[in-house]
Amino acid sequence: MEKHLTLPLSKEDAESLKAGDYVYLSGEMYTARDAAHKRMDEALNDNKSLPINIEGTTIYYMGPSPAREGRPIGSAGPTTAGRMDKYTPRLLDMGLRCMIGKGKRTEAVKEAIVRNKAVYFAAVGGAGALLSKAIVSSDVVAYEDLGTEAIRKLIVKDFPVIVVIDSLGNNLYDTVMKEV
Amino acid sequence: MRELNVEKITQAVKEMCIEANHFLSPDMNEAIKDSKKREESEIGKKILSQLEENLKIAKEDMIPICQDTGMAVVFVKIGQDVHLVGGNVTDAVNEGVKEGYTEGFLRKSVVNDPIIRENTKDNTPAVIHYEMVEGENVEITVAPKGFGSENMSKIYMLKPAEGIEGVKAAVLSAVKDAGPNACPPMVLGVGIGGTFEKCALLAKKALLRPIGKHSEIAYVKDLEEELLEKINNLGIGPGGLGGKVTALSVSVETYPTHIAGMPVAVNICCHVNRHVTRTL
Repeated sequence: MEKHLTLPLSKEDAESLKAGDYVYLSGEMYTARDAAHKRMDEALNDNKSLPINIEGTTIYYMGPSPAREGRPIGSAGPTTAGRMDKYTPRLLDMGLRCMIGKGKRTEAVKEAIVRNKAVYFAAVGGAGALLSKAIVSSDVVAYEDLGTEAIRKLIVKDFPVIVVIDSLGNNLYDTVMKEV
Repeated sequence: MRELNVEKITQAVKEMCIEANHFLSPDMNEAIKDSKKREESEIGKKILSQLEENLKIAKEDMIPICQDTGMAVVFVKIGQDVHLVGGNVTDAVNEGVKEGYTEGFLRKSVVNDPIIRENTKDNTPAVIHYEMVEGENVEITVAPKGFGSENMSKIYMLKPAEGIEGVKAAVLSAVKDAGPNACPPMVLGVGIGGTFEKCALLAKKALLRPIGKHSEIAYVKDLEEELLEKINNLGIGPGGLGGKVTALSVSVETYPTHIAGMPVAVNICCHVNRHVTRTL
């Protein structure tokens, strides 16, 4: 099923999504990958606040290539989500609603998705040039010293994703392998 | 004896880094296009079409095919009759990588130390493999390697008694574990034999072979065909979202080995299997 939805995603929209739905997202999201997750986790361990408001937001696991002049961003496809699994349940419990990446997640992440009625989307891995066309603007908002791994606020329009794990814990990757 | 200034190597490496990251080789383009005819799943077809469109946008708008523009793997074949002048060849290759990644708007993905992890900010150093060959030319291949797929690669030290069935089981196990993480449809490079490190290098070199070109050794060709069919029956499909097209090709390279061993290395590459070769 194809849907067009607005970010930040409402609770109702998140719960309406089913594994396998094809969705075009428009609105704001934040990028964060390995180093930014490690730093956010350390901030929380030190009882410091996060540099972004995590409640209801969307994190895109992505580190772009540099933008050429006149463009908002360079190539901008998803990175493997599983590397963030160690840090993810804590962020979900703090209100993170959507994640966009590619690849498998741990059982602990799936349980945290269900517990918080969140959603894990995949974007097409290795289609960074195509996906960059759906990004309207990109601004570094934290950890600038991390270069490509800095946290960026993105505004996207009709950014194409597929629901992999829905709020009930259905996992599209598992379903397609069972059908064989 | 022919003299070659290493500045020429720097210039070539710089240009090849940029070229490899924006223009996929004709055989890879063809393989992705062809695979659409074999794909049965609707979502699989849709993803393969997006990959085709992605390649078009990359070359027309000069946006890297993938944001992971890789760690630069560079193969240098040096003719034994050429005299390199003007500096150190390793420095020359790294200077080419630095210039290519900086001036070509490519992502800098290399950290200075695996534990300390500070970005070197120019994508150096490269991983360089030298080989001495006959003649007076220098042949350079630049193969930027992304880590979504590199992370899913594996090496197995099998027992000789496990035989060719053991090899097949090892390759299939690596592909199943990789699943959606390695950005399928994948390209597989398999090494069999040698020592631990030789086997890994065989697998890496196998990724450079043109798609559709098989080994000249009869049983190896059969193995490549059988593995490709079995992998495409796993159901992983484009993007790991289900379908027939899980791999575009399987290339196997072999080498003599020890009486006690049978190393098998599986180097997984995504559909963005980048490599450019030039002879200087």
